[in-house]
Amino acid sequence: MRRRCARIWRNGYRMTPEELDEIARKEREAQRSFARRVNVCVAAGCLSCQGDALRDALTKEAASRGAEDRYHVKGVGCLGLCSEGPLVSTSTGQLYQRVSAADAGAIIDSLEGQPVERLLCSMDTPFFRRQKKIVLENSGIIDPERIEEYIAQNGYHALVKALTEMTPQQVIAEITNSGLRGRGGAGYPTGLKWSTVAKAVGGQKYVVCNADEGDPGAFMDRSVLESDPHRVLEGMLIAAYAVGASEGYIYVRAEYPLAIKRLKIAIRHAERFGLLGANICGMGFNLHIDLRLGAGAFVCGEETALIASIEGKRGTPRPRPPYPAMEGLLGQPTLINNVETYANVPPILRNGGAWYAQIGTEKSKGTKVFALAGRVRNTGLVEVPMGISLREMVFEIGGGIPDGKQFKAVQTGGPSGGCLPAETLDMPVDYESLARAGSIMGSGGMIVMDETSCMVDVAKYFMDFCMTESCGKCIPCRVGTYQMHRILSAITNMSATEQNLRLLEELCDLVKHTSLCGLGQSAPNPVLSTLKYFIAEYREHVREHKCPAGVCGKEIPEKVGA
Amino acid sequence: MPNFGSKPAPPSADKRWKLVDATMRKTGGNARGLIETLHTVQEAVGFLDEEALRYVALSLRVPLSQAYGVATFYHFFTLKPGGKHTCVICLGTACYIKGSQHLLDAMQQTLHIAPGETTVDGEVSVLTARCLGSCGLAPAVVYDQEVAGKVDAAALRAHLEKWIPHDS
Repeated sequence: MRRRCARIWRNGYRMTPEELDEIARKEREAQRSFARRVNVCVAAGCLSCQGDALRDALTKEAASRGAEDRYHVKGVGCLGLCSEGPLVSTSTGQLYQRVSAADAGAIIDSLEGQPVERLLCSMDTPFFRRQKKIVLENSGIIDPERIEEYIAQNGYHALVKALTEMTPQQVIAEITNSGLRGRGGAGYPTGLKWSTVAKAVGGQKYVVCNADEGDPGAFMDRSVLESDPHRVLEGMLIAAYAVGASEGYIYVRAEYPLAIKRLKIAIRHAERFGLLGANICGMGFNLHIDLRLGAGAFVCGEETALIASIEGKRGTPRPRPPYPAMEGLLGQPTLINNVETYANVPPILRNGGAWYAQIGTEKSKGTKVFALAGRVRNTGLVEVPMGISLREMVFEIGGGIPDGKQFKAVQTGGPSGGCLPAETLDMPVDYESLARAGSIMGSGGMIVMDETSCMVDVAKYFMDFCMTESCGKCIPCRVGTYQMHRILSAITNMSATEQNLRLLEELCDLVKHTSLCGLGQSAPNPVLSTLKYFIAEYREHVREHKCPAGVCGKEIPEKVGA
Repeated sequence: MPNFGSKPAPPSADKRWKLVDATMRKTGGNARGLIETLHTVQEAVGFLDEEALRYVALSLRVPLSQAYGVATFYHFFTLKPGGKHTCVICLGTACYIKGSQHLLDAMQQTLHIAPGETTVDGEVSVLTARCLGSCGLAPAVVYDQEVAGKVDAAALRAHLEKWIPHDS
């Protein structure tokens, strides 16, 4: 395999469909030559529990038994259940949780014997059964640092199919039929965006991948980039072919060093295999992809601010229209999609738009990846069909609230979203239902809160976030978020009056309707939703100077963590 | 009077400026590469001082005000040198819900500095993060590039005390 690749790289090989099949076949054969395979999660979550040391220990144990050529130990992307990491899965069908390097010998011994009972994690729980994996299908299965493994999982086949069998219009039609909507939060129909950019007149067009995952409490994009980077590249390649772009940028947070490292490796490998660069597959289609590192500004998730940042400027938004689809990067038509949106593209082209449109609800098609965290038993990454209820998310997949506490709210959409109370638990999770309830889908962070969280304090937390992250360009956002934060601080200090509450509502309305960009327009959402569902809690702070959750206005107890 | 015609000389003969020059070349040597270049400077030198900003601004032919504007706009860039050790406390939503505020209090009691500051002896810098993306392990703390999950106040204090020289 390695010799063959060297030949491909030397000659600047033009990949043909047959070549691609050949690589996939060889790789599958190589994998089958191992009697047992052990996959160790080395995504960021498990790495921070020494997942890499565990992988090395397992490799060493296999070698010490002289079985390197029978047992294959490799690092893979996210296996999902981050709270029980480090996770190990074996080709004998077991999933082991909280494995330490000291357990390596026992796991290697178990490969041809009985499973290690004390480390077993049951796969027959709603957390695994209720998921439907499309975006994450390769996550936890392939080694993200090897392109051959991605190709063996039908990777880049959608690209070759698009280039050799479809016109750009047919690609866009397929995406439109699938009903895919932007996964960055706003839910704009992807097919429509693509056709706008495709029709735009301009010499040089750009494709941009927004990987500036700024929402606190969201780590879906990071996991996709760390677990399956080629998937995102393939999605961008197909998009570039569809809209006629020849240059692309991935704007990724500097806070995600592992994702950056794996993306760089993926880009290099794809270039060597002739799947990225000039004259891809010999079809006369060119795309160069470059990385741009974000530098810790939440507002850069907004598309016009993101473009300014790629141009090397301060990340401040500008009024739209003109939309980036007409005038974006360097004034040229630019397609901007989120990581997860691009990751959905290859399976849609492989299986057809109609297949994708069967999944989900009438207006929200397909699946969505959520980062489940907070006061819930199972925290981690889950992918579910659209339209699943919040109750299923929290109590079945999430396993409910630990320590015998009561559910209070679930927060979706980060600082732009809202807090949804127990009454809304039976609501389906789709773009429209969440918006009606006063929240948004957002990028997919889902934080569960129990009775120990004070909703006024949570609203203050998000307002503090928006206030600090406001870029300061427009006054409603710059001053409005500051004033709202002052009122919320007064409420949590027990020094606010009823009049302050009314003023807070007025300010919400003003900031929402007069701010320049999405940051300001959605900044009041956490306040509005808590005012709507938890007004009693606000009143108790104001009238009786008491915090029902016991969070505000008193000494903080010593015990933390859970 | 700066000479705009030729390339300015680096602030010192330090080899690290070669890395900075390489990034500027790779990104086209114009204003578009400003952020990437500042990333390289910060990675190589640790922080952005006036000398470095002047050099980058002059090389890329952008006004110093623009370079300074970019360096101060983004949280990731720092204009001051950091301590020998760095501790980043995550204040993302999941960490906040699970008590990262208590971690901040514990840190302040141990080191007597506010987030964003460095101890007087230059040993420890404390930063806060908006979200590390390790929400499944909340509350999370990064000690010198290593992420630790499910941290409580006692563990944080113990770790910080290891960094403080005890003979002083």
